[in-house]
Amino acid sequence: MPPPSAFALPFNNPRSRRSGARRGAWSARRPVISMYTTNASRGLPRHRSRHTGERYSRWAMRALMALLTLALLWLVVGFYLNGQWMFALLFLVLDAALAIVFTRRQLMSHRYVFPALAGMGVFVIFPLLYTIGISFSNYSSSNLLSEQRVREQLLAETYRVPGETFSFQLFAAGDSRVQLFLSGSRAAGDGTDSRVEDLISPPVRLDEAPATLPLKAASAPPDAEPLGVRAVIRNRQALGELTLVAPDGTELRLAGLRDFAPIQSRYRANDDGTLSDRKTGGTLTPDPASGFFVTDDGQRITPGWPVAVGLDNYQRVLFDPAVRGPFLQIFVWTFAFAALTVVFTLTVGFVLASLLQWDQLGGKATYRTLLILPYAVPAFISILIFKGMFNQQYGEINLILESLFGISPDWFTDPWLARGMLLIVNTWLGYPYMLLLCMGLIQSIPRDLYEASAVDGGGPLTNLFRITLPLIIKPLTPLLIAAFAFNFNNFVLITLLTGGAPDIIGASTPAGTTDLLVSYTYRIAFQDAGQNFGLAAAIATLIFVVVAALSLLNLRLTKVKV
Amino acid sequence: MPMVQPRSIRRRRLVAHLALLVFVALVVFPLLLVISISFRQGNFATGNLIPHDFSLEHWSLALGIPWERPDGSVVQPPFPVLLWLWNSIKVAVSSSLLILLLSTTSAYAFARMRFAGKAPILKGMLIFQMFPPVLSLVALYALFDRLGEYVTWLGINTHGALIVASLGGVALHIWTIKGYFESIDGSLEEAAMVDGASTWQAFRHILLPLSVPILMVVFILAFIMSIMEYPMASVLLLDENKLTLAVGAQQYLSDHNQRWGDFAAAAVLSGLPITVAFLLCQRWIVGGLTAGGVKG
Repeated sequence: MPPPSAFALPFNNPRSRRSGARRGAWSARRPVISMYTTNASRGLPRHRSRHTGERYSRWAMRALMALLTLALLWLVVGFYLNGQWMFALLFLVLDAALAIVFTRRQLMSHRYVFPALAGMGVFVIFPLLYTIGISFSNYSSSNLLSEQRVREQLLAETYRVPGETFSFQLFAAGDSRVQLFLSGSRAAGDGTDSRVEDLISPPVRLDEAPATLPLKAASAPPDAEPLGVRAVIRNRQALGELTLVAPDGTELRLAGLRDFAPIQSRYRANDDGTLSDRKTGGTLTPDPASGFFVTDDGQRITPGWPVAVGLDNYQRVLFDPAVRGPFLQIFVWTFAFAALTVVFTLTVGFVLASLLQWDQLGGKATYRTLLILPYAVPAFISILIFKGMFNQQYGEINLILESLFGISPDWFTDPWLARGMLLIVNTWLGYPYMLLLCMGLIQSIPRDLYEASAVDGGGPLTNLFRITLPLIIKPLTPLLIAAFAFNFNNFVLITLLTGGAPDIIGASTPAGTTDLLVSYTYRIAFQDAGQNFGLAAAIATLIFVVVAALSLLNLRLTKVKV
Repeated sequence: MPMVQPRSIRRRRLVAHLALLVFVALVVFPLLLVISISFRQGNFATGNLIPHDFSLEHWSLALGIPWERPDGSVVQPPFPVLLWLWNSIKVAVSSSLLILLLSTTSAYAFARMRFAGKAPILKGMLIFQMFPPVLSLVALYALFDRLGEYVTWLGINTHGALIVASLGGVALHIWTIKGYFESIDGSLEEAAMVDGASTWQAFRHILLPLSVPILMVVFILAFIMSIMEYPMASVLLLDENKLTLAVGAQQYLSDHNQRWGDFAAAAVLSGLPITVAFLLCQRWIVGGLTAGGVKG
């Protein structure tokens, strides 16, 4: 703490003193409450400070805020121009809130909370809403880009016009440069040879050649020995990236080790939004219902773009047997896992806490430290330690079991053993938290209750179940609900230990017998082929409902005082 | 201490000690095992808890030094563990500082000021902090993907994204600090204000110096949470050189190639400082974890 003199000076400033007087007037209008509160000089006009330093820093703050506002505005415009209106809206709201909070003097108190709230808004609430939004769309790896980008990508597609080729030769042009000579006999598709001009490129270094190379008419090949096929092979990649432009505008690309062939962009955009296919002569029509361009006979052309599909994803989760089966199985397991974890950790933690509260026991501090060790080791390390220990072939656990009982369980391939292993590991990880909670709560129980019990002849078990447990269960309940919610979403444990394995047979989405709903969602969204973000978001939305119910229940039970 | 004591207390005490010792042995066994394995030769050697074929190979590899075996072959370190640890610490320190900065000012307003929407905001924060970020990873990925097109240091595969994303977890810390602020009597600040201090000055020069202990606790808490953060980092970071320890460590035990010994050394090397820090600060951390987040 700095000595008093260090902060005595800045307080002597007339503006602040005036604000102190006004604050008195403000509180007179309000019922006086016993807790000391301040209104952060709300609604007071700012006066020009007499201290130059303060004046400058105030202007610096204003400039910073203005810059921030402008930067956010730039983001808004960028997102809007790119057609990403969700993000544009997010940052518009953020920017507007920033501008309002930091310009209006009435919102002085809100300035203190704004940054944290903005952080939560952008990184918790917005993603939540966005996820719910995605759940009504077919956003996935096949429907990823915007319609505009899909159109551009298709229009950039080219194809080789069949039948026509130019044979070419490479000639050294000195200085490690080469010239391409395209011989003028043009093999037309109908087998006749139509004689056209020979073409030649300017001398160019292949490793730093421009993407397009203009050709001009030549009367004869360069006066040198052509480089062989070996040189062509060596430079194949560079040649493949070249586009040669003939004098009449035809574009030529490498079509083999000896030939260049004319290429053409495959699709032509029509005014009504459809694309004409030059290769097949058909038409591609954009289908706003599925988010794909479809051919005349109804075939979809990938890539597509995301479109709203209404309740399709939810319908798949609830009615499609290939999705519903695994979903229900995982749903039940998730609840069982969370509930059993809470029961096991609480039991172990509670028993240990009762033991450690026993006055007659020595060495309590040492026991306590050793017992909370699992809590102190980072979870991602201890989970991986267990992964190694449970290894079916070399793991220490199976070695011990083998030598003692002659068994070696398949911890990772048998669904029930895998679930058992998860519960064992999670109990190891989670009991110290319960131990600490119980110890804190037991300490607040009046000791004379136990004395009364001893007078009446109550043993330790009577004490445990008739005094300790009933007295701590009520304050413990909200914490147990929070622990349930945490384990309901215990993604790290599942991912690092089993990764959901062993897999459920017959599921159309990646689903494992030990997957929790969260890890299931994660796998649908980020693993394997498919990357079905829409379906994952639908399941995530269902989990949101469960979590929201739990946290509302919790809020009611704790009777939070704010 | 109860004045009336039941009989056979000595036997009961012995049983309690015995039970506790067995349990402690079970709990500590995996940790001791890993330390032992880190000094054994080979990646899946069996042996006693005290290794008889003592070797520093795994430790040398974990520290990034190539190891020469007796037969002359040189083993290169499989993964840049120290780099991962450095990445983790970098991300954790910056995000903890950011969280500390934002949650302290917010907690001050919530503890000392009256303003519109205070109660709903506080309750809303309690509700939203229970939603794990894993569930909205798709949205977060999309957000940073798009954001990266305009602000490169906030794109996918940057530490900036990870640091900023940790701001979603400020609610817990705001509640912790708020609880502490409320336990400090306001008369000191009031006196300062009477003497002409502005609200900000009272906060900055009176309350903050008094709150250093809780700020330390919140910093350590945020630091440990950030070090252990897995889901977000696993989605946002792609390059091996950018990974944090939590994401990188699992590569030792991939399904195809399990490097049990190398993992053990890396785990002890990186886990030990965190564990020791936790144990040293356990008194404060436990208070913050068990009470601050939930109690009003």
